[in-house]
Amino acid sequence: MIKVDHVSRSFGARQAVKDVSFTVEKGTVLGFLGPNGAGKTTTMRIIAGYLAPSEGQVLVCGEAVAANPALTQRKIGYMPENTPLYDDMTVEEFLVFIAEVRGYRGREGRDKAGTVIERCALHSVRNQVIDTLSKGYRRRTSLAQALLHDPEVLLLDEPTEGLDPNQKQVVREMILEMAPEKAIVLSTHVLEEVTAVCTRAVIISGGTLVANSTPRELLQRSPGFNSVRLVVKADPDTARAAFDDLPGVSRVLVLDHDAKRARLLLEPSEGQSIVAQALERASSRKWSVSDVEVDSGHLDAVFRQITTTEDAA
Amino acid sequence: MNGAQHVFTVTKREWQAFFNSPIAYIFLIVFLMLSGFFTFSVSRFYEAGQADLRGFFLWHPWLYLILVPAVAMRLWAEERRSGTIELLLTIGITPLQAVLGKFLAAWLFMLLALVLTFPMVLTAHYLGDPDTGVVLCGYLGSALLAGAYLAVGLFTSALTRNQVVSFVLAVVFGLFLVLAGYPPVTDLLAHWAPLWLVDGVAAFSFMPHFETMQRGVLDFRDFLYFGSVMGYMLFCTLLIIGGSRARN
Repeated sequence: MIKVDHVSRSFGARQAVKDVSFTVEKGTVLGFLGPNGAGKTTTMRIIAGYLAPSEGQVLVCGEAVAANPALTQRKIGYMPENTPLYDDMTVEEFLVFIAEVRGYRGREGRDKAGTVIERCALHSVRNQVIDTLSKGYRRRTSLAQALLHDPEVLLLDEPTEGLDPNQKQVVREMILEMAPEKAIVLSTHVLEEVTAVCTRAVIISGGTLVANSTPRELLQRSPGFNSVRLVVKADPDTARAAFDDLPGVSRVLVLDHDAKRARLLLEPSEGQSIVAQALERASSRKWSVSDVEVDSGHLDAVFRQITTTEDAA
Repeated sequence: MNGAQHVFTVTKREWQAFFNSPIAYIFLIVFLMLSGFFTFSVSRFYEAGQADLRGFFLWHPWLYLILVPAVAMRLWAEERRSGTIELLLTIGITPLQAVLGKFLAAWLFMLLALVLTFPMVLTAHYLGDPDTGVVLCGYLGSALLAGAYLAVGLFTSALTRNQVVSFVLAVVFGLFLVLAGYPPVTDLLAHWAPLWLVDGVAAFSFMPHFETMQRGVLDFRDFLYFGSVMGYMLFCTLLIIGGSRARN
């Protein structure tokens, strides 16, 4: 439903986005990742029709956004970064205004606003002026604005930024609940979010796309993925030799040992799973094994490996 | 959904925004007090012995010069500062609808201020028998003048995220439009510029057009003048707001 086709965007001499392409189908929650300043927000703004691309084009539901932004925007719910809202209005006034813009007038508009107020759990602040809302309610009001017309495409720029863990959980559950019916793009630099809600992950760094795969595939790129830590009751050197010639094990390290027990780290070659073989080998030697841990990969390690942040480099 | 409804929705929101802040009330009070003060104390309405509203309308170009930019400065600068312009232009509203909606809201607000000066008309009627046609024509001229100032203010507001900058630019721009036909300014030009340029600049001025309407003369050229000032300034505003998609 979203097709980003060789999109570039420059601001003066600075190229913020360079030749980025990806597609998002219905039922996909795409995690859009990257360090600060990588071009996430610029790309989101281009999809939302707020910025025009310098080169390339974006199609939403088959229509070019740049040709008639207002038309494609009907199909998009967009939650901009930093939740800009009309601070002088109450939550309800604001959502009724959004409903009117979305074509629901009068009673219908008030009903739509009411529904989305319930859905985003805003009833306790519905008559409060937006300026006085806490950060969590502000986010939710902004989310409510994006959801009001039940759009096919949802663009959320850092939707959980600045929320406490409970609030984050609520937002994630809402996203998961809507996911099957929509195409969702969610930008974030919180990596746990990707494993929690996303079915695909795109990583952008310095304006360029550096990864486009599933969160699972990304995890497999993590150094030490599928390596096994375990404690065996055996002499360290014998144990090491026994595991070292297992197929698929590239290296065995003794992390710690005393006379009877050794703590080992088994590193696989090419990230294959070696835990089953290792346990089998231990039981064939009648060694008792404890504290088995399989490294399931760390997104932040992958993230650091494939991105560079300008001021950290 | 049709565009006129979007314009109306934007107008309604802006209208609410005026009255959600103290600006609207302060503006109305200051406008009514100052116009009363100038009419009665400076123009000496009673002593003049004439039951007409010339002494009242006389001051409008100067009142508007300061007060209209104060109304207009918020319209785009605030959207830019708070980032809501991104919201406004991604919910299906076109830049043209947004520009027209905001202009209409502010103009209707100015018309409300003008309507609230009705006690002036009542006073004149009580004291004598003013020519209703001239009074209405005066109001019409004043409304057009307010619209022209507003269009200028809307334009300067779109240029910046800083309301003070917008205000100052609008006042300077307005001052030029008021004074362009005023002898001290034209004399300044006359020393070195060719006559056609001096006349050209003078023709930009609000004043001759405003003054003919105050005399009760409805001339198509005056409508054309105010209409084109508003149209041109709104067009420039649209270029800035619409063009920001490619530039920002």
